[in-house]
Amino acid sequence: MTDKILTARMDAHPADSHTLDRYLNTGGYEALHKALNDMSTEQIIEEVKASNMRGRGGAGFPMGVKWGFLAQADPRYLVVNCDESEPGTFNDRQLAERDPHQLIEGIAIASYALGVDHAFVYIRGEYPKGARRVQNAIAEATEAGYLGTDIRGSGFDLDVTVHLGGGAYICGEETALLNSLEGRRGEPRLKPPFPAVEGLYAKPTIVNNVESISNVPWIAMNGGAAYAAIGPERSAGTKMLSISGHINKPGNYEIVMGMTWRELIYELGGGIPDGKELKAWIPGGASAPWFVPSDHLDTVVSIDDVASNGSMIGAGAVIVMDETTNVVAAAHRLVRFFAHESCGQCTPCREGTSWLEAVLKRILDGHGRPEDVDLLLDISDNISPGLQWPPAMTTICPLGPSAVSPITSITRWFMPELEAIIAGSEVALV
Amino acid sequence: MTETMSHMIARVVGHWSRDNQTNAEAILDTYPEVRSAVMPLLYIASLEHNYASEDAIREVAELIGITSVQVQSVASFYTMFKRDGVGDYLVSVCTSIACFLRDADDVLEAVEEATGVASGETTADGSITVEHVECIGACGGAPAVQVNYETIEGLTPEKATGLIKWLVDTKPEVVLADEMQQLFGGQQSFNWGPKESEGAIRPVPAFGPLGSAGVGR
Repeated sequence: MTDKILTARMDAHPADSHTLDRYLNTGGYEALHKALNDMSTEQIIEEVKASNMRGRGGAGFPMGVKWGFLAQADPRYLVVNCDESEPGTFNDRQLAERDPHQLIEGIAIASYALGVDHAFVYIRGEYPKGARRVQNAIAEATEAGYLGTDIRGSGFDLDVTVHLGGGAYICGEETALLNSLEGRRGEPRLKPPFPAVEGLYAKPTIVNNVESISNVPWIAMNGGAAYAAIGPERSAGTKMLSISGHINKPGNYEIVMGMTWRELIYELGGGIPDGKELKAWIPGGASAPWFVPSDHLDTVVSIDDVASNGSMIGAGAVIVMDETTNVVAAAHRLVRFFAHESCGQCTPCREGTSWLEAVLKRILDGHGRPEDVDLLLDISDNISPGLQWPPAMTTICPLGPSAVSPITSITRWFMPELEAIIAGSEVALV
Repeated sequence: MTETMSHMIARVVGHWSRDNQTNAEAILDTYPEVRSAVMPLLYIASLEHNYASEDAIREVAELIGITSVQVQSVASFYTMFKRDGVGDYLVSVCTSIACFLRDADDVLEAVEEATGVASGETTADGSITVEHVECIGACGGAPAVQVNYETIEGLTPEKATGLIKWLVDTKPEVVLADEMQQLFGGQQSFNWGPKESEGAIRPVPAFGPLGSAGVGR
């Protein structure tokens, strides 16, 4: 069975994988032909359901099931989420820059299946190159009759609009993204109503991640069963992982889940630079609770195995920290991110993230107090009562609880170091 | 009689470049509901004014038919709409977790030293604004920097110093990621593929419909 679905073309043809010519002579748009000519819209949705693909944006919700929720009122919209902003992730960027036609074909097939005639790609403002590449691909595809009016004589019309974000992490949350796309502040909405019922302009809307949609041509071409047969049953298909931090071979890796973290870090990632020891890693982006070598090296890399060990794969960002890492400084940097990106709607998040940042900063500046550990945990508990995983919510969206993950991680795994730094001991590294 | 869109654009932003007026009209025509044009129009107005100035915000409000306060409330939410003046080159140093682990703070320090200004400030001659930013999605090539939102990956403090000196000495009209990467970059998040001829002409993301520049265009 195929090892790589999403990155095969860009690996084989690095010089021109983003062009229509290369896309067409490597099998591109054949899946769209098949979908338009040989499949009913219901069949396409059934194949996506059968693929068992779980959304790649972080929540892991099965894409086909999500599609099944779309209310059948017109107009309906498809919005592709390329607001990839979780610290540690850069795989959607690669898919947008290096194989934009794969994304466009996925959008066309999904739009046909869902009854959509206007789709949007929301790309974060810091990815102008990705936006240019997708825009150029839209122009090429429209010129060649794969987008636009009466696509390939099928009677199906589709416009695709690229919309550039403005530098706000929260817009990766789907309802915040919809508000942003409507020309408003990127503040998440209360759910329900869910976007599938009331989304963009209060119309039925499917929001899918770039990686999820990029898999659609392969699923349409090869069938959902073939996709479901790849990898562990509940982590079907391939997943792109972005590996960064203290690692010899950082980068994006399209893997079949099921290997161990030991294999991922030491074989795929080439291990830790300069022969240093591994101290901790974040298995799924800044929001995820950390893993440590004493407990998790032999844990399996799959959505469910990571979840049952108290964390998440999320959007696939693996951030590796070596023995020299000051874990309080790392936690501060993570919490600072959430404090900066809090939209400000919900008090526990707006106030709590800023207080966590301030207390960690105070500790790092050498003014820590013994009671700061309890203070950090108390603030965290006010944001996410019980400090469990998955987190309890006091807020509209999960951003606030995400800021708690670094706190529970350092208090759970590195309490002696935290206490020593508060006490002003020389254990502080880096 | 209802004013046509092109007349309205000429009346409100007739002083904009022809390209920017054309792009504004296309954007106003793109969305099922016109308010969606706020962000793209803010970018175009920023191209005209170098940032989302009060004039820029008023123009966008008039183009869409909402109040300046409504546009202001959107602009103030997003870090990329600059409400204070910025230099010709906006140097954004990522200091989020992945870059932090790869010593991004040293890169920021080098940039501050080479420009003589602290993060958040602009050089006296108005040429360079320095800022530190949260994750820019270049973690595999950490530490990373953007100049006018064009990315350079795999920097060191020394290379960052060189980058600033190069900006000051050559004052590139078009900021090209590939050129900067070749001169000052290192480890990349992934193989970027062929070189691009498009880049940024202002401290605004270079994206076709918003106005960007190809070399020699």
